[in-house]
Amino acid sequence: MANETVLNKRPEEATLVQTERTRSRPQFFPNVDIVENAEELLVLADMPGIKAEDVDINFENGTLTLHGKVADRQPENTNYLLREYEVGDFHRSFQVSEAIDAEKIYAEYHDGVLTLHLPKTEAVKPRKIAVKTK
Amino acid sequence: MLMRPMNPWEAIHQVREEMARLFDEMAPYLPMAERWGLRRAGAFPALNLWEDEQNIYAEAELPGLRMEDLEVYVVGNELTIKGERKDEFREKAGYHRRERGVGAFSRVLQLPAELDADRVEAVLKNGVLTITLPKAEKAKPRKVQVKALTK
Repeated sequence: MANETVLNKRPEEATLVQTERTRSRPQFFPNVDIVENAEELLVLADMPGIKAEDVDINFENGTLTLHGKVADRQPENTNYLLREYEVGDFHRSFQVSEAIDAEKIYAEYHDGVLTLHLPKTEAVKPRKIAVKTK
Repeated sequence: MLMRPMNPWEAIHQVREEMARLFDEMAPYLPMAERWGLRRAGAFPALNLWEDEQNIYAEAELPGLRMEDLEVYVVGNELTIKGERKDEFREKAGYHRRERGVGAFSRVLQLPAELDADRVEAVLKNGVLTITLPKAEKAKPRKVQVKALTK
């Protein structure tokens, strides 16, 4: 498979994190796709194993922050035969430069993927201009 | 010439990137690379495996997959997980970022016990696949009665 690297989980980059957390549990960068079309900016984030109510989405001053709380699925003392990944919260933030209508942001969560719709403000939506003939 | 103030993080980041690139290039020539964990891409999906007396459990994170995109087989003590993540937005261009991989994968794993293939159960919930693999009767631990010999 060509994209194995990106499908696996990435621990968050120490150099990119500005504030420290109080809990010493691993935290992960969800892999995201960001797609733009005429109406909106779509953010798709791989966040397996969370509940819809445990996702925190914040949009403030052009910074979009995603946080997904992940509950431990196995007791801490589980004796693993094989342990190739760890479970932890998902956290990531983005600077959004496009003009977004913050009031209309909405999100869905299906099959472990968070889909975030960031509708553009009316002013920046492309408009078709009718050409008049005399 | 004006000097730019040095950013220590940038320097560290550059060294890390350079090392990662070097290891990626060397990996095919190093048979031990995988064992040392130098190769960044491992087998997919990553699995966690644990057991109790009755079952072996396998768990994988597969966001964006539905049960119909997945196939799970058990033969003897061998578990196979096959699947494919579809490309949802192929037609719609305008990607700003594209980190979520797509495509087909397959992984075969030898498990440390004989399994009862008929009773294997797989559940996919919120992108987490959990497979419960009951051990075959003969593989279960048995308590042996110790008899005291009296003359």
